[in-house]
Amino acid sequence: MAKRLMMGNEAIGEGAIQAGCRFYAGYPITPQNELTAYMAKRMPEVNGVFIQSESELAAISMLYGASLVGARTMTSSSSPGISLMQEGISYMAGAELPCVIANIQRGGPGLGNISGAQGDYFQATRGGGHGDYRTLVLAPHSVQEMFHLTREAFDLADRYRSPVIILGDGVLGQMMEPMEIQPPKASLAKGGDPESRIQDPAKKDWILDGCQGREPRSIKSLILGENSLEKHNERLAEKYKEMEKEIRYEAVEIEDAQAILVAFGTSARICKEAMHRARKEGLKVGLIRPITLFPFPKEIILENAPRIKGYLTVEMNLGQMVEDVRLAVSGRCPVHFYGRPAGGFPEVEIIIEKIKEILG
Amino acid sequence: MREEIVIAGFGGQGIMFAGTLLAQGAMEEDLQVTFFPSYGAEMRGGTANCNLIISDEEIGSPVVINSSAALMLNQPSLDKFEKRMKGKGLLIINSSLVDREVERKDLEIIKIPATEMAERLGNVKVANMIALGAYLKKSRIISLESVIKSLPKVLGERKRDLLEVNQKALREGGGLIK
Amino acid sequence: MKKILGRPESMQDVSTIYCPGCGHGIVHRLVCEVIDELGIREKTIAVAPVGCAVLAYQYWKFDTTEAAHGRPPAVATGIKRILPDRIVFTYQGDGDLAAIGTAETVHAANRGENITTIFVNNAVYGMTGGQMAPTTLIGQKTLTTPSGRDPKLAGYPIKISEALAQLDGTTYIERVAVNSPKNILKAKKAIKKAFQVQLENRGFSLVEVLSMCPTAWWVSPEEALKWVEERMLPEFPLGVIKDKVTSNK
Repeated sequence: MAKRLMMGNEAIGEGAIQAGCRFYAGYPITPQNELTAYMAKRMPEVNGVFIQSESELAAISMLYGASLVGARTMTSSSSPGISLMQEGISYMAGAELPCVIANIQRGGPGLGNISGAQGDYFQATRGGGHGDYRTLVLAPHSVQEMFHLTREAFDLADRYRSPVIILGDGVLGQMMEPMEIQPPKASLAKGGDPESRIQDPAKKDWILDGCQGREPRSIKSLILGENSLEKHNERLAEKYKEMEKEIRYEAVEIEDAQAILVAFGTSARICKEAMHRARKEGLKVGLIRPITLFPFPKEIILENAPRIKGYLTVEMNLGQMVEDVRLAVSGRCPVHFYGRPAGGFPEVEIIIEKIKEILG
Repeated sequence: MREEIVIAGFGGQGIMFAGTLLAQGAMEEDLQVTFFPSYGAEMRGGTANCNLIISDEEIGSPVVINSSAALMLNQPSLDKFEKRMKGKGLLIINSSLVDREVERKDLEIIKIPATEMAERLGNVKVANMIALGAYLKKSRIISLESVIKSLPKVLGERKRDLLEVNQKALREGGGLIK
Repeated sequence: MKKILGRPESMQDVSTIYCPGCGHGIVHRLVCEVIDELGIREKTIAVAPVGCAVLAYQYWKFDTTEAAHGRPPAVATGIKRILPDRIVFTYQGDGDLAAIGTAETVHAANRGENITTIFVNNAVYGMTGGQMAPTTLIGQKTLTTPSGRDPKLAGYPIKISEALAQLDGTTYIERVAVNSPKNILKAKKAIKKAFQVQLENRGFSLVEVLSMCPTAWWVSPEEALKWVEERMLPEFPLGVIKDKVTSNK
């Protein structure tokens, strides 16, 4: 297949278009602006809707509206804007509405800076807004993956009627590298009119479209009545449990590894480089790269814990995913951490040093 | 093989264009390549730079900390990136817009009056291509021809009329290296 | 015997939880009557607010959703842009529309979204127990203005309808009241016109309805009717504020 040089932000946009996304609303923020601009250009070409909203609060609420009538919807932002969207994400989780949200993370807290960072791991994987909910979180580590994980994110969002977060960062969003654009999936090409703004409306028997020939429906997150909200939450929890079917990770050379790196996104790219160099020096090191951050690939991490000398979690923050690694390991081997926050990059040499320390 | 390149200059000197073109050329030669631009507030105030990594192995972070090659199209860029180069690195300088000597003694330095040469070609904006042509010929990272072949794709339909002058500038830059 | 009055088809056969003398029931009914008369029940999607009318979905017999506080115009935008042939309206209180949701209101109006907004102004936050609203009158006592609203500290009652009329994106804006049979008839006419504006794809329409909240005004239901007349009307005069449809004819 022909390769094409593409920017990460644009690859997300094209992945969304190919998945049948026909509604995008967003507000400018660096370093994800190319994605908004890409959607502004592409949406009219596919009979889709593009709106530059007055705020991120409005953007996510626009998705709430477009999603409840059945459209595949997307917004994107970067860390401060994602904080504002937490209101709507919580409402959509409560009302069980699908959507895809790309967070091209930058450094925080507050206005921070516009460098790529991974400081929003907790926010993304713990729900992020108020209430007892989770969202699926996908972490691409290349432009190619930004394209195909976004494409899949829409299927997942519909399958679980849940918001799905694409957790990227400024480095992945801004970088260009060669990628292959696959043709649209057969299921999407066949199902429904590709010109239509709503993919397979028949499959979504819960949407609002006016109550012609049926009883009126209501889509809401307000749940009243004794124990009703508790039951609703329990049902949501079952759904989050079911999401474990979607767990994805990449394991590189872990079979004989005595030390295993755990990293996602840009950190995982750096770790791959460190791992290859360390292997050349004869060091037995492997890498586990979680692709779904929620649900977290805890099984593979637990499985390998008893036989290795230790894990090294590498992040572009001061230690967030490492908590999930520790939970997965449950004390069966040491878990070390190396992180650089708010725009700092973990260094290959230091990673190799730390691997040597673990291997002793 | 692994090359880490910084291209830097004023906004309007075609820094991103030169970087994208080089990335496209590397892709045509089936090499691994990443391109990473400066962006946002970093770009305001008139300077721009981009990072490229070209390798025959998988590339980690696309951000260049210490470059093995640098194309510096103005003096502020040289001031910023000279000290960040790896020893024995290849430094291409646009001497039309730099009027100081390089302080480092451990670099390979090529000075080219790229802006003046571009003016003679009738378009001051192709100074970037002259520098890139010289860099390609000297480094042999990828062939000048691959880059020339990539020009139409990167220029796009709208800038078709600039194809010829860009080609000429790449060749003139290359011609400076014996 | 000829039946001259009944429950509108668009209204569920349930009783509301609204306090005695509250205006919401009247406004709900007016909306339902208009929807029946226009024959659009099966193509209507309503966006309910956060506030006393949060339960509107229980009382209406058409598709409904409920937005986060202040966000109904954004939600309605999403719905209408995907399904432009459905009738989409928001039902919002003063806090929802003119405080927490001011940005969403102003920008949906300014984009000229082809939606209708029913804006119920009762000068107070009812559901949370009677705090100051953006439309609370000068001197009006609430839980959060215990000595009366002091404009030096808390600003002035906001005339959001007049403000929205300044925007090129708005088509039709009228202020009405539901404190007397005469005013109720006028209110219904305005609501009908607002929906017609949408049916004719003419853009953003809004009807501000001055309504009673005896509970948070600390008055009897009967006194509340007078309260609208004597205290609200001088501050919020009734009438058409903007009508691009008629002025274009």
